[in-house]
Amino acid sequence: MIRLENVTKTYPKASRPALDNVSVSIDKGEFVFFIGPSGSGKSTIIKLLLHEITPTKGKVYVNNKDVTSLRSWRIPQFRRSIGCVFQDFRLLPNRTAYENVAFALEVIGKTKAVARRVVPEVLELVGLGGKEHRYPHELSGGEQQRVAIARAFVNRPLILLADEPTGNLDPDTSIEIMRLLDRINRTGTTVVMVTHDSNIVNQMRRRVIEIESGRIVRDQPRGVYG
Amino acid sequence: MRAKYVLSEVVLGLWRNVTMTIAMIITMAVSLSMLGASGLMYLQVNKMKEQYYGELNVAIFLDDEITEERRAALDAELRADPLVREVLFETREMAYNKFKELYRDAPELVNAVKPEQLPQSFRVKLKDPTQYNQIFEKYKDAEGIDEIIDQRRLLEKIFKILNAIQSLAAVIALVMAFAALLLVGNTIQVAAYSKRREVAVMKLVGASNWFIQAPFVLEAVVAGLIGAILGFGALALAKIFLLDGALRDLTDLLTPLLWKEVLLMFPVMAGTGALVSAITAWITLRFYLRV
Repeated sequence: MIRLENVTKTYPKASRPALDNVSVSIDKGEFVFFIGPSGSGKSTIIKLLLHEITPTKGKVYVNNKDVTSLRSWRIPQFRRSIGCVFQDFRLLPNRTAYENVAFALEVIGKTKAVARRVVPEVLELVGLGGKEHRYPHELSGGEQQRVAIARAFVNRPLILLADEPTGNLDPDTSIEIMRLLDRINRTGTTVVMVTHDSNIVNQMRRRVIEIESGRIVRDQPRGVYG
Repeated sequence: MRAKYVLSEVVLGLWRNVTMTIAMIITMAVSLSMLGASGLMYLQVNKMKEQYYGELNVAIFLDDEITEERRAALDAELRADPLVREVLFETREMAYNKFKELYRDAPELVNAVKPEQLPQSFRVKLKDPTQYNQIFEKYKDAEGIDEIIDQRRLLEKIFKILNAIQSLAAVIALVMAFAALLLVGNTIQVAAYSKRREVAVMKLVGASNWFIQAPFVLEAVVAGLIGAILGFGALALAKIFLLDGALRDLTDLLTPLLWKEVLLMFPVMAGTGALVSAITAWITLRFYLRV
């Protein structure tokens, strides 16, 4: 599903690479944590998988396609197979929960009729039934993140990337979000989550890949934060 | 749905930054009206050249006291001249008829002139009209000749003035186009900034590049088209109030500017306005909406 082969990424003007000869393989339906201190290179992996950046050396495969050699006009199509959530939610403040999710469908050419059918369903799935017409500022942090997850999941992507999705949430809310991600994982969606929330990692007991200074120092099937 | 989305985005975008939009449209209008004016003058000069150059000739006016023999000798000499293609002798009567025709709006002037007061002349067409000087040098001191006038040269003075005005209009069009270009670039930057959240989400969920860029490019194109319409309006008003109004006496001397030709400028202006705006917007987006 996802494969990094000897990937090195050096940002311009950086003294050392953010990722240094990293190879990792993630199967379909896996739930994987990338952990490590700030600046260790975790978020660089997310950016590589989204093709926001390209590796300096090595190959990145997503859905068995070589992302590194993707022509730029194919990137939008490629991204439709990946959902993504972030620490800061990235919702549009002037649109309701429903509209935020529908926006993601409409801008990739789905009709309003499709949105009317699919959006309430996915909002129900993330536990926001009845709150469709609230604006982001009328929702709690956890609820906002649920909207973001609904938006990422509404196209039924094969992969869900989560970049510190609980970073702005309190522990209880974080657990709820994790349950939601777990539920999504059980539908067969591969979930890749970058975090440094040790509580969550320890509770979930999923595959843990630890990165330090751009290198993989640990890859454990049912790991803890360490 | 997509077309509706894009259209509402365009209207919203233009309205959000309305002062900039107005500045953009005004500069565009001035630039395009100058482009139109320059184009019209170009057409006009060419039309006049076509219309008049064929008919134009060198007029050799004869002394009033010239003898019949001398006139016949001159006639023969001109006809034998290798530079000359055609010679026509214009009698006093012919000159008078032309005069009557030319000033038919001023009967008192026509009445005041008798055919005997008008000079007789040879109307000479040259094989190569630019060789006027050689004819002039050859005949200026010949006996019985009063004055030699190259009509072409008179017209050329007018053409020079028209050409100068045309160049001036073209230069103004260019300078204003440059200003319009910068304004379009700036407007697009501001628009891209104010929509950065939407753009970020669109990129994230995989909206196609044209879908992200179309509202911005169309915004510029719409502004360019409005500019073209206003510029064309200015051109039409100039024709009605200047050429057909205040400057009537001057324009009567030249070939008339037809509405057909003015209308022809509209597609040129609209096309240029839309194309220049679209290209500028698109290039600006290359820098500000990196995928």
